[in-house]
Amino acid sequence: MDTVLLSRLQFAVATYFHFLFVPLTLGLSILIAIMETLYLRRNDPQYLQMAKFWGRVFLINFVVGVVTGITLEFQFGTNWAGYSKYVGDIFGSLLAIEATAAFFLESTFIAVWALGWNRLSAKAHALSIWLVAFASNLSALWILVANSWMQSPVGYVLRGGRAELSDFLEVVTQKYAWLTILHTLAAAYILTGFFVMAASAYHLLRRQNSGFFTKSFRMGLTMALIFSFFEIVEGHLHGADLAEKQPTKLAALEALWETQPRAPIYIVALPSPSNDGNIVEWGRIPSAMSLLAHHDPEKPVKGLLDFPKEDRPPVLITFLSFRLMVTLGIIFCILTLWGWARRNRLTESRLYLRGIIWAIPLPYLACALGWTVAEMGRQPWIVYGLMRTKDAVSPVATSQVGGTLVAFILLYTILGILAFWLMARHIARGPEPAQAEV
Amino acid sequence: MLETVWFILWGVLWAVYFVLDGFDLGLGSLIPFLGKTDDDRRTLYSAMAPFWDGNEVWLITAGGVTFAAFPGTYAVMFSALYTPLMILLFALILRAVAFEFREQLASPFWKRLWDCCLFLGSLIPALLLGVAFANLFKGIPIDSEGVYKGTLFTLLNPYGLLGGILFVLLFAHHGSLWLCTRTEGAIKETGALWAKRLWALVVVAAILFLSASAWATDLYANYTKFPLLFILPALAVVGLLGSRLEAARGNWWRAWGASAITIFAATLFGVAGMYPRMIPSSLDPSFSLTIYNASSSALTLGIMLGVALVFVPIVILYQAWVYRVFSTRVRPTEGGAKEGLY
Repeated sequence: MDTVLLSRLQFAVATYFHFLFVPLTLGLSILIAIMETLYLRRNDPQYLQMAKFWGRVFLINFVVGVVTGITLEFQFGTNWAGYSKYVGDIFGSLLAIEATAAFFLESTFIAVWALGWNRLSAKAHALSIWLVAFASNLSALWILVANSWMQSPVGYVLRGGRAELSDFLEVVTQKYAWLTILHTLAAAYILTGFFVMAASAYHLLRRQNSGFFTKSFRMGLTMALIFSFFEIVEGHLHGADLAEKQPTKLAALEALWETQPRAPIYIVALPSPSNDGNIVEWGRIPSAMSLLAHHDPEKPVKGLLDFPKEDRPPVLITFLSFRLMVTLGIIFCILTLWGWARRNRLTESRLYLRGIIWAIPLPYLACALGWTVAEMGRQPWIVYGLMRTKDAVSPVATSQVGGTLVAFILLYTILGILAFWLMARHIARGPEPAQAEV
Repeated sequence: MLETVWFILWGVLWAVYFVLDGFDLGLGSLIPFLGKTDDDRRTLYSAMAPFWDGNEVWLITAGGVTFAAFPGTYAVMFSALYTPLMILLFALILRAVAFEFREQLASPFWKRLWDCCLFLGSLIPALLLGVAFANLFKGIPIDSEGVYKGTLFTLLNPYGLLGGILFVLLFAHHGSLWLCTRTEGAIKETGALWAKRLWALVVVAAILFLSASAWATDLYANYTKFPLLFILPALAVVGLLGSRLEAARGNWWRAWGASAITIFAATLFGVAGMYPRMIPSSLDPSFSLTIYNASSSALTLGIMLGVALVFVPIVILYQAWVYRVFSTRVRPTEGGAKEGLY
């Protein structure tokens, strides 16, 4: 294997692993902030008990997310020196802004929140978790603006063999970035909702602390329900935007080979890149693709054959990841609607609760698939249309990259198992008895 | 002009990072010596728990600013230092996780495991940061394309190792003083004893390093050109003497502050000597990365300056507030599950 492939694998391992922990940080911080606020507003100690119980899960999850994020920030330099030189003017400044505007706030106030129960007033304490929630979501915003620039570079000029910033506002306000931000945050909130529902379902099935976990379940359900439906609409807009910004990605994720008006979608398809076509096509829905991409059944959609082979992304993996992600998105809508129907008799809905527990890997899978679509679909480019991934890699030895890849896999496997085991253990033990004071 | 401003800010950011994370890295590397009982070790953790995460963000910011303001430097610095940087990152991962995971189980084996991770995760970064920066002062073998022509062992030369040892000692000293500001009783006395011992070692290492810099590097060239710069090493020496005097009087906060000045000035001593180079090439001076051939466009530097001028003071304000909130001394029995972790 060469340095490029090993570096890609290493970055994939590091980002997938990082993103196992990020979504829960983004969503659970908001739920805990709401719990603490409800405690202050309604003076109901159960909400305080909830904030503390979910807070401990949050902290275990948070620390792994933070440390794996630090690694990523340096990996651009270690493994992608060519890329760093080429885009540092734009991409680097977005990362630096993320650190100064968001990371400091997040990391400083998480400590205040975790260790400050007896040192701050109840209001200041609640404010600190709101700041954590705000800052972690703000940091997601900045890194996604940076990622969107790789997908759809704008506001730059090519000068002296690199991309230099020409219009900062255009970079920050481009439609692609905001669609990505909304899509990713909504995914994070769906995952958080399902996480809280599954953990609560475990106790509701055993009829332990039913009041506590019914409240928690409903908060998770509300979050997951709203954002599951939001995500369908938002995802559609995001896809339509690709028709303009990343036609090769759009063609790959629907396995469309020939440019055609009234472009169809097949309910079942299997692309075969070696044959430049699909080997299975079944259930043709005429014009569906044209409608989705251009909101016009007649308008042609560009197919993969319009692009030279060396500019096409890996079709099979992009296509399958996209199909599976969309299927999961629809399952989330069904599961949350079902839950909404049963929200007042949760403890009697044993089948549903069991299903929700088994469903917990699904939103994690959906997030991973989403990133696969985004990043695989961008290939062979690291910056779409500007720089190829193979030209971006560092001049380092294959053995260095290979050796650290093995170390990453070992360390992250152990870390991941420990983190999820500790969270599961804490959840299974249930909340500490409520205290009226504090 | 903007390049020079950013070069100074770049040096200052690394220096602030060393001052802040320095004490918790140092304290972590002292855990086998200071934490004899579980209560002692919990006290050590509590003394840094509210701060380490916020301190580490200065590293991310220093890295991010290198990327934003000097992409050429970022690319070469981190790809040339590939293996040591990866080891540093793995060490920081284990260390951060130790803070969170240690109190999750009561098993003594579990706790010792994370104490080990904290120790290695603190010692290794201190050592590697010292090795890395000493090598940057000295120059590393990069060719005209910025491709690193050495191996890991090229970096482990005597001057680089001396830099590593100096950092370990400086941080450990800084950490032991921090412990004295935050604790009472027996653990504080042990801390004070170690501060005294480490101070003597720091003095020896600092003298060796400053003299070795004269033959291993050309840092002093800038100093002969601009003698005013000698204020930096002078400040480092004054800080070092001050920290000993104040420690002897029991003014722990002042002793810590003096040690902070030492670390800050010592970092800037090297950075000022490098100007305008950022990564001197030991193969050919003309291959060196400088603030001119490695920097971002004027527009980016300008925007980033605006961002830094707005946000960094705000960060300093709220981090100072957090230091105040947690300024009371820790007791081993404080907290427990109710308070959070320790």
